[in-house]
Amino acid sequence: MAKIKASKGAPYARIIGVGGYRPTRVVPNEVILERIDSSDEWIRSRSGISTRHWANDEETVAAMSVEASGKAIADAGISAGQIGAVIVSTVSHFKQTPAVATEIADKLGTGKAAAFDISAGCAGFGYGLTLAKGLIVEGSAEYVLVIGVERLSDLTDLEDRATAFLFGDGAGAVVVGPSQEPAIGPTVWGSEGDKSETIKQTVPWTDYRSGTVEKFPAITQEGQAVFRWAVFEMAKVAQQALDAAGVDPADLDVFIPHQANERIIDSMVKTLKLPESVTVARDVRTTGNTSAASIPLAMERLLATGEARSGDTALVIGFGAGLVYAATVVTLP
Amino acid sequence: MAATQEEIVAGLAEIVNEIAGIPVEDVQLDKSFTDDLDVDSLSMVEVVVAAEERFDVKIPDEDVKNLKTVGDATDYILKHQA
Repeated sequence: MAKIKASKGAPYARIIGVGGYRPTRVVPNEVILERIDSSDEWIRSRSGISTRHWANDEETVAAMSVEASGKAIADAGISAGQIGAVIVSTVSHFKQTPAVATEIADKLGTGKAAAFDISAGCAGFGYGLTLAKGLIVEGSAEYVLVIGVERLSDLTDLEDRATAFLFGDGAGAVVVGPSQEPAIGPTVWGSEGDKSETIKQTVPWTDYRSGTVEKFPAITQEGQAVFRWAVFEMAKVAQQALDAAGVDPADLDVFIPHQANERIIDSMVKTLKLPESVTVARDVRTTGNTSAASIPLAMERLLATGEARSGDTALVIGFGAGLVYAATVVTLP
Repeated sequence: MAATQEEIVAGLAEIVNEIAGIPVEDVQLDKSFTDDLDVDSLSMVEVVVAAEERFDVKIPDEDVKNLKTVGDATDYILKHQA
């Protein structure tokens, strides 16, 4: 039997750069209200959202990703050619073959980096980050680009008063690289497929093609069930991630939950009993819910505005359709 | 020991007061959570979870929509408490 050499990775991994792209068109609640019977006050009180960005024809999933990634790579202070793998999490790239990651990698000039897409809904960033950490520590890549990108406006039923105002478009990216000390904690993640009906695409694409349904598929959800799960079950997961990382809430600087709805964020903060000293991401107010892109977009904004600083300790948690979730504690780039 | 109707209403009043800021004396059997007490659908979930803990009862998502009034919730808890 031949002896197989093992790969040699870095001792640990860390996020070394972050970048975001928000589409140029800002859509206020007034535009949403042209199609549904509701009010600005109702939308704000149920979600905290006042505006969101919607992509135009040029702002494709690939184009937004390239913009966000370019910023993340510059922030990391490396060159695109050093990236060994590109992981893209999205549910709204409508050309499934080939993976959009390959086009993004090519446009960025990463050379022949491994490139693939994953589907983990609003937990996609955490899933991608966990894969990236594994690749670096295991030795398959020195630097990994993780992108969360969505054009959820394409999957929004603008006549559904429960969801029309929720979703937005955008891309967020991080570069993950080697580290001499732990800077990404253990991931607490999982799936609950028995709750797959709670958040879902209304019908398969094939039903639309065959004419079984007239309406283009959209994302739909059971609001109260999602709220209960997101607040009370995900607060437990967030606490487990803190415990697994050995970080006391008093030592936490920043909390970046998936930006689904400000009411969920408020209730999670209350349930977790986070100290007032913790900075809480509330990017949802002006970005809406951008699924896999929401955490890196919120991270980028907190760092850009100075609300968070490089080296801060942040708890990140994504949760959504699947149902799936992923939480971990990271050192901010 | 199982809570009485009076204890349940008093408990719900405290919960609704904490979550929605409604004076406890306004929380009475015939009051509708949404129309009279300004408890919206998301706050209702918080009320339900708090009531579950307080009265040791399980209120599944599919039953929450049937709890329109304080009386509905009180009856449900009376019937289902452990």
